[in-house]
Amino acid sequence: MSVDPKHSEAGGPGTTGHEWDGIQELNNPLPRWWLWIFYATIAFALVWVVLYPAIPVPGGYTRGTLGYSTRGQGEQALADLQADRNVALKGIDTIPLNELKDHPQLMQAAIEGGRSAFKVYCIQCHGTGAAGAKGYPNLNDDDWLWGGSMEEIHATIVNGARQPDNDNTHVSAMPAFGRDGILTKGQIGDVVEHVLALSGQPHNAAMAVRGKDVFAAQCASCHGPNGEGMREFGAPNLKDGIWLYGGDRATITATVTNSRAGVMPAWKEKLPESTIRQLTAYVHSLGGGE
Amino acid sequence: MPGVLKPAPQMGDNGGSLYKKREKVHPKKVDGPFRRFKWAVLFLTLGIYYITPWLRWDRGEFSPDQAVLVDLAHRRFYFGPIEIWPQEFYYVAGLLIMAGLGLFLVTTSVGRAWCGYACPQTVWTDLFMVVERWIEGDRNERIRLDKAPMSAGKFAKRTSKHAVWLLIAVLTGGAWVFYFTDAPTLLRELFTGQAPFVAYATIGVLTFTTYSLAGLMREQVCTYMCPWPRIQSAMLDEDSFIVTYKDWRGEPRGSAKSKDAGLGDCVDCMACVNVCPTGIDIRNGPQLECITCALCIDACNDVMDKLGRPLDLIGYSTLNRDKAEAKGEALQPIWKTLLRPRVLIYFAVWSAIGIAMLVVLAGRSRMDIHVAQERNPVYVQLSDGDIRNSYTVKLLNKEARPRQFEVSVSGLQGARLSDPVTGSEPAATVRLDVRPDGVDTYRLQVRAPVASLHAEQTDIRFNAHAVDGEGDAMETTRFSAPASAVAAQ
Repeated sequence: MSVDPKHSEAGGPGTTGHEWDGIQELNNPLPRWWLWIFYATIAFALVWVVLYPAIPVPGGYTRGTLGYSTRGQGEQALADLQADRNVALKGIDTIPLNELKDHPQLMQAAIEGGRSAFKVYCIQCHGTGAAGAKGYPNLNDDDWLWGGSMEEIHATIVNGARQPDNDNTHVSAMPAFGRDGILTKGQIGDVVEHVLALSGQPHNAAMAVRGKDVFAAQCASCHGPNGEGMREFGAPNLKDGIWLYGGDRATITATVTNSRAGVMPAWKEKLPESTIRQLTAYVHSLGGGE
Repeated sequence: MPGVLKPAPQMGDNGGSLYKKREKVHPKKVDGPFRRFKWAVLFLTLGIYYITPWLRWDRGEFSPDQAVLVDLAHRRFYFGPIEIWPQEFYYVAGLLIMAGLGLFLVTTSVGRAWCGYACPQTVWTDLFMVVERWIEGDRNERIRLDKAPMSAGKFAKRTSKHAVWLLIAVLTGGAWVFYFTDAPTLLRELFTGQAPFVAYATIGVLTFTTYSLAGLMREQVCTYMCPWPRIQSAMLDEDSFIVTYKDWRGEPRGSAKSKDAGLGDCVDCMACVNVCPTGIDIRNGPQLECITCALCIDACNDVMDKLGRPLDLIGYSTLNRDKAEAKGEALQPIWKTLLRPRVLIYFAVWSAIGIAMLVVLAGRSRMDIHVAQERNPVYVQLSDGDIRNSYTVKLLNKEARPRQFEVSVSGLQGARLSDPVTGSEPAATVRLDVRPDGVDTYRLQVRAPVASLHAEQTDIRFNAHAVDGEGDAMETTRFSAPASAVAAQ
């Protein structure tokens, strides 16, 4: 083996002449072309500055001669996306609602579009997960005031509930049995016990028996003889475990005494038919669709 | 050792500049066992590179039939019978780790064999040098041509050399893109101008890099740009075989015709220097620039053979063996030098990873199920009192055929499944179609009678069973119920 030439007298690169505390810097020269590449990158940068947006100036930035902008790219991408969507939207708009589920891809597109629209227009009352709140129906369950088929959901969204100046809106008016003096406090107490019995909750049996007659006379015409509800009147089923305003004694008493009349906007004036159809598909897909 | 450094004012042999002009290397033609070995490696590696994308592998109608395909658009990697999904990328990571350890293993035992024989930079440079030699002649003719003034002959030679180089470069880039899409289709599209822009751009970039790296820059890539020569010193030790000049035998060097009895075996014919592709003198000892291509061994042995002197004045040896040989001590067998602990440890780790990967690969599942409980709302009370939860269920079918999975839930008495989009009746099991070689996402709902709920959270399990009988998968998740429903028990 020979001695490493860098440290020999015979050859090697020598030093740069720099020395710190006895440590000398060897001069291993870079190839000249390496330097030229460095100059080339500078030239590249100059060309770039001319062609593309580059330098901040008061009131903006230099635009570059190619007219490129990332915002423009983003807008183009959105336009392309919208063009893709329009194909699906056309299908959703033309196919009868109850046949939509035979077209899985369109159905999926409608559900996703509806999910997005729901987050804008519906969550204020129905909640982000469509689980509702007191007075605002939970759209996930299988209990419907006005029906849960595609057409029925569509009709509800289009015309809303209890909208003045709308002939097709859902309207029902439960009497305020207490406030308007139709029933006495005692009768109300009896019928409330009967409703508690209907839904299988703890109740006063004697009062409930008396309340059964009151129910047959005053309530059965809408809620049905057995309290199973009636959709043509938007009268809720009183036998199940689902309560729009609450199923405890105090809340039922308040409902019977003062009545309830929730409202929902008629969306046909505010949303295009296409969006309403997507909302319909989404709500139908939540788990209660009929 | 400041004493042996040259004094500062001289500043090296390049006029004190921090930059230097390239000293062009004109490697001379050589023949010998190592050169022939390098030819074999060249044909083998280039053959693999150019032919592989054209090999076919029948996977049925739902998957591509290219044996080796990196399908970036669909996020699949096909290697013969093996198909890798993105979430199985650890196989590729394992291969890379094996490649790294393999490099350590090879380097620690036989030096920079990768650099000298198999590195693409070496292989393509060799190929470009052959072209250069065919067109411009061997070393001396090329040096003369370089010095000669421009003439029609020189111009023709130069032009044809660069043309052939560019052709090889285009073919190199062209072969690369075939790995990423169906090769016959892409070839047709490339010629009709219908190929994607990225294909042309890739070919362009690789044409440029091949032409400039293998044609113009050559040994400078290894010397200035590649990090591996810098790392090698950590891999090499006194027992690594490297290309070694036996100075104890060769020095002092002198003409073969000299009558001086004190001279060594080296006749200073410069054959070793002339054939060197990196332009160094191996007689100066191990150095950064040496890629251990061993061509100097062939060149020197050729001369020693002609002079009737012992071969291997330059040969593969280790620092320790060379020292022992110089002292005239008996050498230990080569296998003993090779199979030392360091090498064995590298090999053990390398093969352990390989075996582990094979075992995992052989036992991997061809289907999977992922379940996420929906959080908004967590549960829904139904009119008959049942509690219902919703789940996003992803079914993975890794077979290249459409399959049907039967999904069921265990851990919850009376639980029934339904798909709200199709409006299926709730049932104990639900059969779902899954696309070939893909993932399908379903939203499934599970309803359970209140009587079976004993806590607000119940651990349940989703089971997926392939209807064709080939595979099962499961995932645990939770079923949530309102406190009021649980308390009513």
